[in-house]
Amino acid sequence: MTGTSNGFAVRTERVSRQYAMGQALVHAVDDVSIAVRAGEFVALLGSSGSGKSTLLNLLAGLDRPTSGAIYAHEQNLAGMTSQELAHHRSHTVGMVFQAFNLLPRMTLEENVELPLRLAEVDRAERPARVREAVERVSLAARLSHRPSELSGGEQQRAALARALVNRPTILLADEPTGNLDSVTGDAIMHLLQEINRNLQMTIVMVTHDKVRAARYAHRIITMRDGKLVTEGVSDEIA
Amino acid sequence: MKLRDLTELAARNLREAVLRNSLTTLGIAVGVASLVAMLSLGVGLQELASTRLSRSGLFDAVFVTTQSNMRAFGGPPRPLAERASTQPARKLDDDARQQLAQIKNVVEVYPEVRFPTEVQFEGKPYMTTVAGIAASARADGAFDEMKGAFFSGPEANEAILQIELARDLSKQTDSLIGKDLVLRYAEKQALPPDDVTPVPKHSAADDAPASGGFSLVPRELKLRIIGVVETEPATGFGGFGRGRLLIPLQIAQNLRIAQPTDMREMLRGNTGKPTYETLTVRVRSPKAVEAVEDTIKQMGFGTFSILDATKNMMLFFTVFDSLLLIFGSLALTVASLGIVNTLVMAILERRREIGILKALGAADRDVRRLFFVEAGAMGLLGGVLGVAMGWLIGRALTIGTNAYLKRQELPAIDISSIHWWMVALAIGVSFFVSLAAGMYPASRAARLNPVEALRYE
Repeated sequence: MTGTSNGFAVRTERVSRQYAMGQALVHAVDDVSIAVRAGEFVALLGSSGSGKSTLLNLLAGLDRPTSGAIYAHEQNLAGMTSQELAHHRSHTVGMVFQAFNLLPRMTLEENVELPLRLAEVDRAERPARVREAVERVSLAARLSHRPSELSGGEQQRAALARALVNRPTILLADEPTGNLDSVTGDAIMHLLQEINRNLQMTIVMVTHDKVRAARYAHRIITMRDGKLVTEGVSDEIA
Repeated sequence: MKLRDLTELAARNLREAVLRNSLTTLGIAVGVASLVAMLSLGVGLQELASTRLSRSGLFDAVFVTTQSNMRAFGGPPRPLAERASTQPARKLDDDARQQLAQIKNVVEVYPEVRFPTEVQFEGKPYMTTVAGIAASARADGAFDEMKGAFFSGPEANEAILQIELARDLSKQTDSLIGKDLVLRYAEKQALPPDDVTPVPKHSAADDAPASGGFSLVPRELKLRIIGVVETEPATGFGGFGRGRLLIPLQIAQNLRIAQPTDMREMLRGNTGKPTYETLTVRVRSPKAVEAVEDTIKQMGFGTFSILDATKNMMLFFTVFDSLLLIFGSLALTVASLGIVNTLVMAILERRREIGILKALGAADRDVRRLFFVEAGAMGLLGGVLGVAMGWLIGRALTIGTNAYLKRQELPAIDISSIHWWMVALAIGVSFFVSLAAGMYPASRAARLNPVEALRYE
C-alpha cells in the first residue's frame, strides 16, 4: 500500500480533543503525538474512557481536534474542509466498528457497494470490486443475505469487506472483536493480520484486549485519561 | 454521490417507511388537488363567460352611433364648450360609412337593421324582433353549434330562429327546420314632393333641403326556416332589442322598414339621403378593436364595444382566481408541514444510518441532497396524484352542476377547465414547495455530528 516520503501513513502532533460537559471540560485526548508507519499494524490499548476511540475518530476525520495536527500521508486533517474530510474517509481510510454498523435494510452486496456509491465509482466497475472484497473475507456465498441473516463473525467480515472495497491505505478498527466470542474474534484478528501482510495495509486498531493486541499488532500504544502512557513493540508490552 | 445513486437510496428509504411516506404524499396530493380544483374552477368559469361573449359576435365589433344618440343611450356627458356650440352632431350616413370602411383593420361596415314585427306561422301570429345578419357573422363563432345551416346567400329568403322564438313556435324546435313562416312588416315608401305640405321655417338654421314625406305600406315576405341557434348572435347595441328572427342583412335592408327615427329624419329634411341609427364595424381581430374605436371617436362618432365591458370582467376574474389560488395554496402549505414532520422523524430514526454514511465517506452535501431527493420525490408524486384528484373533483363539480341545470331545463356547461400549463404549474409548485419544506430537515441531517450519530442507539 502507499507510503509517504517520511514513511508515515498517519501521525499526530500534540493533538488534543476537549469536550464541554455541562460546566466541566473533558480532555478526551490530551497532547498526544504518535506516528504510524505505512504497512504497520498498531494497537491502541486502554481501558474504557482512556481516549483511544476519540483518537481513532480524529484519525478517521470523523472528528476535529481542539488543537494539534493530524497528518494522513502528510495531509493535515485539521486544516481540511468537511468536503475534504469526507473524501479522506472515502478514499484514504476504511473503518470497522465494534457494532458492525451494517445497514439492516440492505443485503450484504448492497452494504459493501455503499462506499463505492459515495466515492462515485463507475457503476460498471462496482460488481467486480464488491466481489473482490467479499472474496477476501470469504463471504461470496452470502451476497444476497441481509445482516440479520448473518452471524456476528460474518457481519464483522462483511463490515471488513465494506471497509476494503474502496481500496484504502489505512484501516481503522474500533474494537473489532468486542462483540464476538473468542473463536470468532481470533478469526477476525487473523483476517486483519492477513490483510496487513498481504496488502501491506496500515492498520490502527483500538482494543482493550492486551493479549490479542500483543499477539497480532506490531506495536502497542497505551493510553490512559486521554494521554499517551506507553509506546513500544507488542512483545515488550506483553 | 451521483444523482442516480441518490435517487436509488432515496427510493429505498421511502419504501422503508411506506405507510408514513404514503400518508405524507397523500397530504401533498390533497393540497395540490385543492389548488388544481380551485384554479380549474376559476379558469373554467372565466372561459365559460368569455366563450359566451365571443359567441355573441361582439368581440370583434365596434358599434358606432352619433354623439347625440350616444347620450340618449346613457353615454358620457358632453363637454360644456361642445354644448354651447351650434355645430350639429356629425351624421351617420353613407359618406361616414365609406370613411369607416377605410380605417385600417376594418373588415366590414354595415347598418344595424333590427325591428319589432309580426310573423305568421301555421296560421298563428307571433310578435318578435327581426335582425339582419351580415355574412361575416358566420365566422365569429356564434353559429358554430347551430342546428341546420347558415344562409345560403346574401339575398336568400331564409331565416334562422333564435331558440327562444323557436320554442314559442314549437316544442320540437328541430322540426321547424324546412318549414315556412310569413314575415309581416310595414314598408316605407317616399311620397312625391307635391303631396307634402311644406314645414314653416323659423330661422336661418332651417335652410335645410325641402322635406319629403313617406307612407307606410303593409307587406309580407315568405321565409324558409333553415336553422335554429341557441346562442345570441344578435344581442344588439348594449343588449337592446335582442334579435329572435335572423335574416340575411341584405334582405333586411331591401325591406325598407320604417324605423323609429324616420320621423325625426323627415322633419330634418333628410329623407333623400339615408342616415343610420347605428353602424356595426367588424374588425379583423379583437386586438385591433381599441385602435379602431379610438379612430372612430376622433372622427366625431360615439362608439361602444364589448371590450370595455370585458376589461372589468377580466379584472374580476383575476381577483377571483387569486382568491381561489390563495385558498388552494393554504392546503398545500399545510401539506408541506407534513413533509417537514416526516423528514424530521426520519432523521431521528435514521440518525445512526446518517453516522454510518458519513463514516463511509458521505459528505454533508450528500446527506443534504439525499433528504432533498426524498422530499422532492414525495412532492413530485404528490403533485401528479394531486392533479389527477383535482381533475376528478373538477369533473364531479361539472357533473353535479349539469345534473342541477338539467332539472332546470338549462343547457349543460363545463365549469372546470384543466390546461397543460396548469398541470405543469401544479406539479412544479408541489415539487418546489416540497423541496422548500425539505430544506430544514435536510440541513439538520447534514449537520449531524457523525461521532454522536454513530453512538445513537
